[in-house]
Amino acid sequence: MTADPRPPDPVVLGMHGISKRFFGVTVLDDVRLECRAGEIHAVMGENGAGKSTLMKILVGVHQPDAGRIELNGAPVRFHHPRQALAAGVSIVHQELNLLPQRTVAENIFLGREPRRRFGVDRAAMDQAATRLLAALGAEDVISPRSLVGRLPVARQQLVEIAKALSFDPRVLVLDEPTAALSPHEVAALFDRIRRLRADGLTVLYISHRLREVFDLTDRITVLKDGRRVDTVETSEVDTRRLVHLMVGRELDHYYPPRAAPERIGPVRLAVRSAGAGLLHDVDLDLRAGEIVGLAGLAGSGRTELARLLFGATRMTAGRLTIDGRASRLRSPRHAIRRGIGLLTEDRKSEGLVLQRSVRDNTLLAARSLGRGAARRVALADLLGRVRLRGGADREVRYLSGGNQQKVVLARWLATGARVLIFDEPTRGIDVGAKASIHELMRELADAGAAILMISSELPEVIGMADRIVVLRQGTVAGELPAGATEAEIMLLATGEPDRAGAAAGASREGGTA
Amino acid sequence: MTTTAGPPGAQPPAVPEAQRTAAPQGEPAGGRVRRLLRAVPPIWLVLAAVIFLIAWRNPTFVEPAPFLAFLRRCAPLAVLAAGQVFVIIAGEFDLSVGALVTAVVVVAARLSDGDAAHTWWLIPLLLAAGALVGLVNGLVTTRLRVPSFIATLGMLLVLGGAVFLWSGGAPRGSLADNFRQFGRFGVELPGLGQLPYAVLILLAVGVALWLLLSHSRFGHQVYAAGGNPRAAALSGVDVRRVRTAAFVISGLSAVVAGILLGGFTGVTAEAGAGYEFQAIAAVVLGGAVLGGGRGSVGASVAGALTLQSVFTLLNLLGLAKSLRDAVQGLIIIGAAAYAAHRLRRSG
Amino acid sequence: MIADTMPGRLRPLGLGRDSGTASSAPVWLVFGGVFAVAWLLVELNGGQFMTVDNLQNMAVRSVALGLVAVGQTIVLIGGSLDLSVAYLVSVTAVGASFVMQGDPDRMVLGVVVTLAIGALIGLVNGLVITGLRVNAFIATLGTSLVMSGVLNALFTNFTGSVPRQFQALGYNALGPVPVAVILLLAVVALAWYVLRHTRFGYHLYAVGGNAEVARLSGVRTDRTVVLAHVLCSLTAVLTGLFLVSRLRSGAPWVGPDGGYDLESIAAAVVGGTALAGGRGAVAGTLAGVLILAVIDQVFNEFEVNAFLKTLIRGVIIVGAVALYALRRRDEGSF
Repeated sequence: MTADPRPPDPVVLGMHGISKRFFGVTVLDDVRLECRAGEIHAVMGENGAGKSTLMKILVGVHQPDAGRIELNGAPVRFHHPRQALAAGVSIVHQELNLLPQRTVAENIFLGREPRRRFGVDRAAMDQAATRLLAALGAEDVISPRSLVGRLPVARQQLVEIAKALSFDPRVLVLDEPTAALSPHEVAALFDRIRRLRADGLTVLYISHRLREVFDLTDRITVLKDGRRVDTVETSEVDTRRLVHLMVGRELDHYYPPRAAPERIGPVRLAVRSAGAGLLHDVDLDLRAGEIVGLAGLAGSGRTELARLLFGATRMTAGRLTIDGRASRLRSPRHAIRRGIGLLTEDRKSEGLVLQRSVRDNTLLAARSLGRGAARRVALADLLGRVRLRGGADREVRYLSGGNQQKVVLARWLATGARVLIFDEPTRGIDVGAKASIHELMRELADAGAAILMISSELPEVIGMADRIVVLRQGTVAGELPAGATEAEIMLLATGEPDRAGAAAGASREGGTA
Repeated sequence: MTTTAGPPGAQPPAVPEAQRTAAPQGEPAGGRVRRLLRAVPPIWLVLAAVIFLIAWRNPTFVEPAPFLAFLRRCAPLAVLAAGQVFVIIAGEFDLSVGALVTAVVVVAARLSDGDAAHTWWLIPLLLAAGALVGLVNGLVTTRLRVPSFIATLGMLLVLGGAVFLWSGGAPRGSLADNFRQFGRFGVELPGLGQLPYAVLILLAVGVALWLLLSHSRFGHQVYAAGGNPRAAALSGVDVRRVRTAAFVISGLSAVVAGILLGGFTGVTAEAGAGYEFQAIAAVVLGGAVLGGGRGSVGASVAGALTLQSVFTLLNLLGLAKSLRDAVQGLIIIGAAAYAAHRLRRSG
Repeated sequence: MIADTMPGRLRPLGLGRDSGTASSAPVWLVFGGVFAVAWLLVELNGGQFMTVDNLQNMAVRSVALGLVAVGQTIVLIGGSLDLSVAYLVSVTAVGASFVMQGDPDRMVLGVVVTLAIGALIGLVNGLVITGLRVNAFIATLGTSLVMSGVLNALFTNFTGSVPRQFQALGYNALGPVPVAVILLLAVVALAWYVLRHTRFGYHLYAVGGNAEVARLSGVRTDRTVVLAHVLCSLTAVLTGLFLVSRLRSGAPWVGPDGGYDLESIAAAVVGGTALAGGRGAVAGTLAGVLILAVIDQVFNEFEVNAFLKTLIRGVIIVGAVALYALRRRDEGSF
């Protein structure tokens, strides 16, 4: 169905046979992407499908292991983002790349400040910044002289887009640009993007949100597990077809069987009317032997809830009980003593001490607990239980994502944690290792652990959870039994009876700002 | 080797690097030697090379008596480095140790005024004071969130000011002989001459701190707190307490160094001058990285010995004493550049 | 950090300038307060504070530390630091008096030679830090040791002298304003201009704030750091020239005895410059230097023991930084 009857616009950007491996894991495999002049081209796929890596290769952050990139028919190689910018390829990354202590104008023109006779022409710079902001319809809410760090995240995002436009690009990559924007801001942004298209700009639009993709884009390239599935005209597909391409249900991932009702034991951890920060009135029970899936859109408070249950943020309202006894968690240390463990979303920055060995990382929590705790633990036994092979003396930075996750899991087995909170347990982990993490989670539950699994991948939530709790705007929007559909979850997560289009919208990436 | 059963608390982790490399049987000898060389921290090889050069110029240097005297000279710096490395691994600095060494010498002289009867309570008192200084450094750094560079710089000024304010400007009094013996004398060994107390103390302190850093739960927490404070905190490590304890260890080691130094330099206001930088230099020579997470007690002691042996070598070669500084400067830049290069290469 | 995409703190937007570089006002307020209290204390004690002599004295005393503290502020903003300035001050003082040998015709030569040495040292510092990736603390400690070794090997005492004309820098005044103070103000103004209005200044704040963001935006980060170190070394040379003009002759110990390495960092930090980089201003540093000078003056007036002065200095420095840390925590910008 990719055959195009009309003579197509000239191809501006071509990526051919792009492959990339990180630490032995294939992230991209022979991916092709072609964009025409003046089109808005969506790149879609589930988490870990390789969208962001493909874009980072395009803009020179990573170099491909194989394949070539052509711009206007001429081959290009970008070793540094600066070269891509000069060639007319701009990107707005998912993570903000701004200096909070500098002004809006200073950030936009960093490295290219306009000069006059003596030094930087601040007035000209501010004017130019205002013009760029006006193009986004944001000149009234963002002053070029305000400090970026004092702007709300949504406006910081607009500053990033203004910065990308300031390079006067021919190809603009927007990686999840609407994650933090309000509907009004999204509409304004789309207007601007359409106007840019009219000027001949090619826009690559990375998103999970089906509705946005249907509203905005001309063609869609779907990636799955690092491979290109297909490239289709947006007008020629419907939601079901697109979801099918992205998820590929027939290649269904194997999930271990759910818990039998009689295996589900007493409540281990419970909160009532809990609140802290944006969380309010949260009621939640975690039972021995049960895996509870926690779903919700970015910003709904999923990670905040995990941190609250782990004592990393103080509960400001409500009650928390552990095995029926009221408890106040003052710190992670305290929570660990009470038998709680947290597998953080970001393993590298919050989970592991990368330059230390598997052994040291595994025993880290047990050793910090207190006298004797580490002594009772048999390391080999632990690593066997998580099926981590290889020596315990390797530094964990050399391990694959899946094995790193196993190290973190072994850490909580070492402390004898009976309540485990998994925040995005399989993010950045390849398919094979995913299944083994899922099996381990089920084994732990069968052995009597109470598990809370936070995931932005709805198939994972549906496949794993014995019960699904959905958060919306800082509180529990509702609870669903095992086997609920994606549409049911999205209904609760968005609070609006949405078209089926919401389905894949739910699998948007989590909300790390 | 170690994934076999057994309680990990009792396991010897990182230690037997030499054993591990020797383990593969039936390997050609050349390969084994190369593996062995790679397993030894490079600073020991450098130290061996420098000592070899000295011995080549002056063969008597490696005879027991002169060599033990050399080790005695090294002892204060080595003890300081062994304490400082805790702070560096935890991701901080301690600039106050030089002032603390001076304070120990001056305070001990004033309080005892040469009276041997005071020594028995003087030493515990000094150790307590050193621990207190470390505690304050640690609390100011972790609780008030003052960068340790500034916090310990402030401590340097406060200590320097307070000690001389109290002693009235110039060091007064003198050290009792039984106080000075630690830095000066030793036990007589038949046939070998005198084994200095300072060397024994260095050995004891070194082994104790090595056990603490490489074989205790606390040690692992120091590495974690410096390597990734957030991951450590989320694993239940009380990062602030661990860092504070590292400062206390550094303070205690400075007191021991002060006692040793007082033994052979006598009472001067300059006793500890420059020692803070030399201690950090020794630690960096031993492969530690400023910023935390890497380093070891053994390599830091080796760094201190290397520094001193290089000075000895320069003396032998007839270089002006003042050029020592210049060579020291080049050495630490070279060592840090080498460490940075190695880190980058290993990803 | 892990916060989902929640908006940050909302503040009124676009009301005048509120750049992060302009936050020196509180330091000047503190300076005003310290100055007023000092005045009051001295007058109550029966002394006179607001005399021309007294003010000149304070100003001149600020010059030596002030010049090098301006340079130190520049490297600190860039996320680096320079421990080699103390020995560079000595090298300059000795070098200038050695070259000049009391001959007025060699004055220019002396200044040019010392500035060239300074630029070279700054270049070495910068290249070792950026090229060899050596931590700035270690790198500048190393060059400092090298300078001290070479200097002490070549010179052991006062060497040569500067001509009478050169001493004008240290002792003359234009009207009531000492020449040296004019020099300091000129350097401060120049540094302010460079930081505020040149691309280099913009890039320096960016590199110190987040080197990776700066790099991705196309800033040549290494070059920026190297230039910052060259500028810092040049200010240390100016301090050395000023000192030798007061002393008539240079000796190897003038720099380290003045403690210019750590004191200049302390003055910058008291003035609101962050050790971590990306934040600070020379105006704040100047206020920091003046605060230290006023306190010194009061101590002299009351004949406070020199050691007590050192002690109080330490407490003030740590206290000031603790207050900044507290304020930043309240702002939540961390």
